[in-house]
Amino acid sequence: MASISLRNLVKRYGHGPKANQVIHGVNAEIQDGEFVVIVGPSGCGKSTLLRMVAGLEDISGGEIAIGSRVVNQLEPAERDIAMVFQNYALYPHMSVFDNMAYGLKIAKVPKDEIKARVDKAAKILELGHLLERKPRELSGGQRQRVAMGRAIVRQPQVFLFDEPLSNLDAKLRAQTRLEIQKLHRELGITSLFVTHDQVEAMTLAQRMIVMNGGHMEQFGTPEEVYHRPASTFVASFIGSPPMNLLQHAPGARPGTLLGIRPEHLDVGSEGWEVVVDTVELLGAERLIYARLGGEALIVRVEEGRPAPQPGDTLHVAPREDRLHWFDQASGQRL
Amino acid sequence: MVERRPLATAISHFVLILGMVIIAFPLYITFVASTHTAQDIVQVPMPLLPGPHLIENYTHAIQGTSGSAASTAPVGHMMLVSLISALMIAVGKIAISLLSAFAIVYFRFPGRTFFFWAIFVTLMLPVEVRIGPTYQVVSDLGMLNTYAGLTVPLIASATATFLFRQFFLSVPDELVEAARVDGAGPMRFFWDVLLPLSRTSIAALFVIQFIYGWNQYLWPLLVTTDESMYPVVMGIKRMISGGDAANDWNIVMATAILAMIPPALVVLLMQRWFVKGLVDAEK
Repeated sequence: MASISLRNLVKRYGHGPKANQVIHGVNAEIQDGEFVVIVGPSGCGKSTLLRMVAGLEDISGGEIAIGSRVVNQLEPAERDIAMVFQNYALYPHMSVFDNMAYGLKIAKVPKDEIKARVDKAAKILELGHLLERKPRELSGGQRQRVAMGRAIVRQPQVFLFDEPLSNLDAKLRAQTRLEIQKLHRELGITSLFVTHDQVEAMTLAQRMIVMNGGHMEQFGTPEEVYHRPASTFVASFIGSPPMNLLQHAPGARPGTLLGIRPEHLDVGSEGWEVVVDTVELLGAERLIYARLGGEALIVRVEEGRPAPQPGDTLHVAPREDRLHWFDQASGQRL
Repeated sequence: MVERRPLATAISHFVLILGMVIIAFPLYITFVASTHTAQDIVQVPMPLLPGPHLIENYTHAIQGTSGSAASTAPVGHMMLVSLISALMIAVGKIAISLLSAFAIVYFRFPGRTFFFWAIFVTLMLPVEVRIGPTYQVVSDLGMLNTYAGLTVPLIASATATFLFRQFFLSVPDELVEAARVDGAGPMRFFWDVLLPLSRTSIAALFVIQFIYGWNQYLWPLLVTTDESMYPVVMGIKRMISGGDAANDWNIVMATAILAMIPPALVVLLMQRWFVKGLVDAEK
């Protein structure tokens, strides 16, 4: 097991003035045994960052250290990492056993030890009865588990996950999420997990890195990211529906933005006067899309309350301790 | 058409059977002719039923003991020559194409595009077009009347390289990366992953190239002058003497039948793989 240090990490494609920079100086210290999720929208550089740690992308600037070892120049196989790919990347012509054993065979691990390790991993992942099958004879969830098994048998210092749940259906995804958590508790191996799904990020992460446009916007626990978003981007990316960002809210100073989450607005007899546009029922709750002056505002209320009609006027009161202030120009938290 | 109507079925069967008869009839005649004596065949009308001389004719053909005016090289030996060259061409071509496609798809080296196009251009230059210079090279290298002379110029070609290139391009990048993370070097990846995945394409290509090699006529005609290096397809031609001399048509026909057997066997035995390799790729 080991910590991971990203120091001033830069990635550029191409050279000279035409170079396209996709990672802009990321700094992060990931503790030994920590489960860190990298989350962000498509094209924010999160996968690139992970692939740089894996050694599948060259590093244009800065340093990556795993444990005390700087790994910039090392091949993926020498970095003591294991990776789970989005499409699993199982070798189609090999049995499940051979898929899991392949890395060990190349590393010249003795046969009986390979068998012992694969059997152990298969037991943890309940793959025991599938060892002789070919990947094409497995379901999506089973393939996913084989991919994890392949990572486990190598007993690496670091697990890297590249959106491993995105090809599963919603139910299986939730179930696999729990399994990954359990696995991490049992093995305690430092893990980096890339996803674009904020629910995955919030539920899995001990700490999360929020990326945007190649910059690291925030690095903190899910609680910190939710309760104290570092920028308007984080505020609107984490949380569903996103945080309301109001320019002309009552009491706002010029040049600042007021942020308030839809769940922190109370409908009552006092507060801001808003006009209802639409109402959506999500099951346990309702989303009210309303206007405050000229600005859109979303309010989340419990399903049991009477539903307002479009055109109605409501009074909503923001909870004072849940207000967030941002600088309008930079988007940074004030 | 998925309709099932008796009339349509009858018509389609009639057309198919007619087509088959048209194709099969010359083969049948060849076989019939190979079972008569030379005199019987030239009678009018020629016999349409197999005669009694089958074993005798084939023995003469294989051992080269017919006593004809033209070439009497033993067919048995010619078939061996054909077999060896066809195998060398098929195996050599597949090996070279696999490796060159591997290089072009997976390695970034200076001049990669140049080499790709260089290979591409050879597609437009079949053996017949470059036969003069190729003969000069082979002759200068002293490869006349050798297996190398018979096969090497035919091994170098781009079709197979292209087939494998297309196939390799369709192998997901993640597989390459997974192999890298597993610690497999390029050649290890080639042997352990790429080659097993290409099995069906290799089989299909083997069939095509074996038949291509077996059916070579023009090139062997140029580079072999020694009867012991004649492949069988060319040997058939050498058995027919020009002018008014009587030909042992029965022996010629027996040779033709013998020459057809190996390619037919290859196709029959590898049919399943062949079709699989052309229609689907296991990925």
